[in-house]
Amino acid sequence: MSALESLRMAVQGVLANRLRSLLTLLGITIGVASVIILVAVGRGSAVSVQTQIEGLGTNMLTIQAGGRGFGRARSSAAGFTFLTMNDVKALSDKAVAPDIKTVSPVAQAQSVTATHGVATETPGQVIGTTASYAEARKESVAEGTFITAQDQTDHARVAVIGPTVVANLFGSTDPLGQTIQLNGSSFQVEGVLKSKGSNGIQDQDDIVIVPLSTAQDLLVGQSGQLSQIIIEAKSSGAVNNADAEATAILTPNHSNSDGTAAFNILNQASLLQTTSASNHTFTVLLAAVAAISLLVGGIGVMNIMLVTVTERTREIGIRKAIGARRSDILGQFLTEAVLLSILGGVTGVVAGLIGGRFKIVGVQPVIESYSVLLAFGVGVAVGLFFGIYPANRAASLTPIEALRYE
Amino acid sequence: MPASPAGSVAGSVAEREPDGGPPAPAAGRPLMVLRKVSKVYGAGEIAVHALRSVDFTVERGDYIAIMGSSGSGKSTLMHLIGCLDVPTSGQYLLDRIDVSGLDDFELSYVRNRKIGLVFQSFNLIPRTTVLRNVELPLVYARVPRAERRARALEAIASVGLSDRATHLPSELSGGQQQRAAIARAIVTNPVILLADEPTGNLDSVSTHEILELFAHLNLLGRTIVMITHEPDVAERAKRVLHLADGELVSDVRQAPVGGPPPGASHAPVALPDSAAGTTTKWPAISSARPVLGA
Repeated sequence: MSALESLRMAVQGVLANRLRSLLTLLGITIGVASVIILVAVGRGSAVSVQTQIEGLGTNMLTIQAGGRGFGRARSSAAGFTFLTMNDVKALSDKAVAPDIKTVSPVAQAQSVTATHGVATETPGQVIGTTASYAEARKESVAEGTFITAQDQTDHARVAVIGPTVVANLFGSTDPLGQTIQLNGSSFQVEGVLKSKGSNGIQDQDDIVIVPLSTAQDLLVGQSGQLSQIIIEAKSSGAVNNADAEATAILTPNHSNSDGTAAFNILNQASLLQTTSASNHTFTVLLAAVAAISLLVGGIGVMNIMLVTVTERTREIGIRKAIGARRSDILGQFLTEAVLLSILGGVTGVVAGLIGGRFKIVGVQPVIESYSVLLAFGVGVAVGLFFGIYPANRAASLTPIEALRYE
Repeated sequence: MPASPAGSVAGSVAEREPDGGPPAPAAGRPLMVLRKVSKVYGAGEIAVHALRSVDFTVERGDYIAIMGSSGSGKSTLMHLIGCLDVPTSGQYLLDRIDVSGLDDFELSYVRNRKIGLVFQSFNLIPRTTVLRNVELPLVYARVPRAERRARALEAIASVGLSDRATHLPSELSGGQQQRAAIARAIVTNPVILLADEPTGNLDSVSTHEILELFAHLNLLGRTIVMITHEPDVAERAKRVLHLADGELVSDVRQAPVGGPPPGASHAPVALPDSAAGTTTKWPAISSARPVLGA
């Protein structure tokens, strides 16, 4: 019997029992769609985290005083020293640190109240820094200008504010050139930052940036203490060298009594590597869960095909009595199983592609072409595999027994 | 499935034997020969002897009724003649082929080309049109689509069901379903039409209709073997065999092989003239395979 004839019979078999075929199809459809969507969600969250980290600047190193770890310095151990402008100068020496492009001191002010007229808010971050900060942190202004070297020299009372601050203090009016009060001191708004969104921990747009000199005058005190020093390496390849150079420069002045470094350097590139590795694990985990549902779908096909064979035992007997060979029956039922799984695979791919267009728990899925092909291929293979047993059972029936079956 | 015969079958179907044609009376050579055929189910103490050394021959053009009470072995005999089963011992020759030693694959081939089966419960495939049902044996014989369609339509016409060709079995009366089943049985132009209680599920009007059809087919030269337990059905056959406890107990000839079957109305009104077509226009699909003709 030709493949075309087998196909014709299989189509007839599928159409003769529409509801049952639909239910079988559903198993494979859900399996294939969930593989596609879950892989896309995994990939989507990886991409979004990666974009956020890249948005921070991959050439960037953040130096903080204190021991190991990402936390802020809380140590009061002997030999503990704060980061100061002297460190900034030392790091800016091109002869000692050829891989460092810019060095930006950052002084963070705590609990500053910002007001404009009657509007009041407490920005998430109020920092004093210099002009190079913008480039290192990949900050840019949507309008106006970022703080300049001149502002730093002049101790200018100017501020660059984030979109959230604009919304809270100014609503829809143009903030440029307006005056805001920070802890009572007046600052003129010189620029508005482009929106960066949330980094998952805090709103990066809820920020006020002023010149470091002014901040030390009015907001953080004259101790000369810096919260962070941000270093921009010459290129992403030079990040590790810059890291080593900064460590060499800072170690003599910032060591604990036991000789360990009293500061830590946060390397953005290595953070990126770590997160993409953990994201990969996450994606594989999701895919594994989805694969199980695909397997269950395949068992569904086997279940329905077994029911079909039992229900059509008499028909198989008739076919054999009028001359169907073992291979004819085998071909017919196997084609039917494969046809069901191909149909299920196609609808699964369609459902997966449609489902992948929507945000799922805040993640925009990114559909991977390999997952579509893999899910479809595995779906069909599962149908074929689980179709073999029922088809073989149908083909092995003897005509007399099959004809007697009621 | 054995590998080598598969190839030879495919080949033999393509090159249809030109003179393998209609079951025309071939003098001297019986169509069917059973020699000491026995069938035993089970073994040892619990062995059941369903058939004990049955001997008989069937000539071309004959119309035979096999009678017997239930348990007499007539169903077993029907399975053996229909090549649905093989005898435990003895020899069964059908159209010069020794069926006794055939394997599963070869039996499928013989069932498809040599035998047309008609059942008591019609056994049409449900949810499938009459045309598709009648085509089915030709599908398994690998007959090309266009020829298949033409032959199926002709077989349907020959049983007077042309206006019901695209109906589903569930939309037909019992008599119509049985006629569709007969069309399916004769579509391959088999050497023998084998009917198992063909009127068992029918009312008297339909029974009459089907018996007229059998008589008509027999008049056209088709060999018929019918199993029945109704004496008035058996009356219409040319020869009646009685089976009891697996043994042949009587063999009565009611009409000569060459003549018309008893009680046949010579101008069957229910059937169109095209009925003659099935036995003249198309050749039999079968060609004796070397492996089977041995």
